[in-house]
Amino acid sequence: MLIKRPADIHPSEITPEAIYRARRQFVGSAMAVAGLAGLGLSPFAVVAEGKLPGLRPGPFGTDEAKTPLKDVTSYNNFYEFGTDKSDPARNAGSLRTRPWTVAVDGLVKKPGTYDIDTLLKLAPLEERVYRLRCVEGWSMVIPWAGYPLNELIKRVEPLGSAKFVEFTTLHDPAQMPGQRSGVLDWPYVEGLRLDEAQHPLALLAFGLYGDVLPNQNGAPVRLVVPWKYGFKSAKSIVRIRFVEKEPVTTWMKAGPREYGFYSNVNPEVDHPRWSQGRERRIGEFFKRKTLMFNGYGDQVAQLYTGMDLRKNF
Amino acid sequence: MAAVPSPRQLAGIKAALFAACLLPLAFLIYGIVTDTLGANPIEALTRGLGDWTLRFLLLTLLITPLRRLTRRPWLIQLRRMLGLYAFFYAVLHMTSYVWLDQFFDWGEIAKDVVKRPFITAGFTAFLLLIPLAATSTNAMVRRLGGKRWRSLHRAVYAIAILGVLHYWWLVKKDITQPAIYAILLAVLLGMRVFWRLQETRRGTPAVRLQS
Repeated sequence: MLIKRPADIHPSEITPEAIYRARRQFVGSAMAVAGLAGLGLSPFAVVAEGKLPGLRPGPFGTDEAKTPLKDVTSYNNFYEFGTDKSDPARNAGSLRTRPWTVAVDGLVKKPGTYDIDTLLKLAPLEERVYRLRCVEGWSMVIPWAGYPLNELIKRVEPLGSAKFVEFTTLHDPAQMPGQRSGVLDWPYVEGLRLDEAQHPLALLAFGLYGDVLPNQNGAPVRLVVPWKYGFKSAKSIVRIRFVEKEPVTTWMKAGPREYGFYSNVNPEVDHPRWSQGRERRIGEFFKRKTLMFNGYGDQVAQLYTGMDLRKNF
Repeated sequence: MAAVPSPRQLAGIKAALFAACLLPLAFLIYGIVTDTLGANPIEALTRGLGDWTLRFLLLTLLITPLRRLTRRPWLIQLRRMLGLYAFFYAVLHMTSYVWLDQFFDWGEIAKDVVKRPFITAGFTAFLLLIPLAATSTNAMVRRLGGKRWRSLHRAVYAIAILGVLHYWWLVKKDITQPAIYAILLAVLLGMRVFWRLQETRRGTPAVRLQS
């Protein structure tokens, strides 16, 4: 005798893949947080929501050894979270990266406010392994995840009058404890000439080492301009504005004789207080020679043809 | 009058102080060996040694006000050791810069000394420390005579000021730390100026009458 039994699980009871994956992730992060808390550690590192999907290798790579993730995430200049290099890793846990929007406005045909998750999907994500040279004389090699800034610029259609792009970091002392001190004039503002911003090397980055950006590295979205000193690459960006005049950046205000608008990596032009001829690659014992435009001269030198780089430091 | 330690007690105090002054170095070495000085251990080591040079300089300068304020004249017997430790950490700080940071690139070092004000200040302070360390023995005090020895060792005031400037000019923007050292130094030097003025006010007329 054949007894027909109903299917054990009704189709409507089956959890869709997207939902159960999200749950697993939530439980996973919750357990990780609890685990770290149990160990007496601050869960600052557990802001990542996992691997960035569909990451493809991008151009301009280097075969130089990558700086270990531990160093990339524990040795940071991000004054919004304190001026010591170990401060950001310690304090950036208070930054909330969702919800997050980036206003893109100024001299463009199509201004708009982008939700971070929309921005993330605007163009295919690439892994770009770039050298990072800090104005203080140290350097790293970091595998970023992002897409060319120009992908965004194309979509908003800058007007003919737009000559510069200004980037503004979040200003919220409640989330960014370093902003409670007046060490810099908040919010942090950086800028690029429009053609620099459109250069294929200029990256809008959302991640590093295949994961979303840790907070201390400028989550949820930052700029990476590898031929300029690190401070030019604004972090935790909330506004991108197209303007006619050269923006006055935060570091230009803080030290006009020490930090210029261009701030291209240049071993010939010393910082007034220290040499820029050499650098210490994090993890290496011997200093290495600093390369013109941080080794990206073939790509970017033509941007500065006929320009006095000593005067326009 | 506060109690004066017996010679045996004083020897014990000195031995304890001697060991305590080596602790910062021990911690830094431990950090290097266990790789816990962060991503840039050479910078952390050089900075750490510099911090302690400055701290020992200030501790040395603290002895005179301390013995006056607490009425414990015997404290003077600890001053030489603290001063020599300041020199010891300065030598290590310098070695770390010349060896680990610049790797004996004398051309680059010479350029630094001439062109970088913060290094010029630090280097000058270091040079000035050498004769003070060299004349720290009892025999040298006798050879120079107390008066000349004292005027030579007043260079420590200039050294401490140069040391703070060295730190101040190195810092990129957040001057909190060097400002703390500057304030402490200003207090230590200010007390001396204050006492000197008081003595002059009381003492000068008498001296004038005599001469």
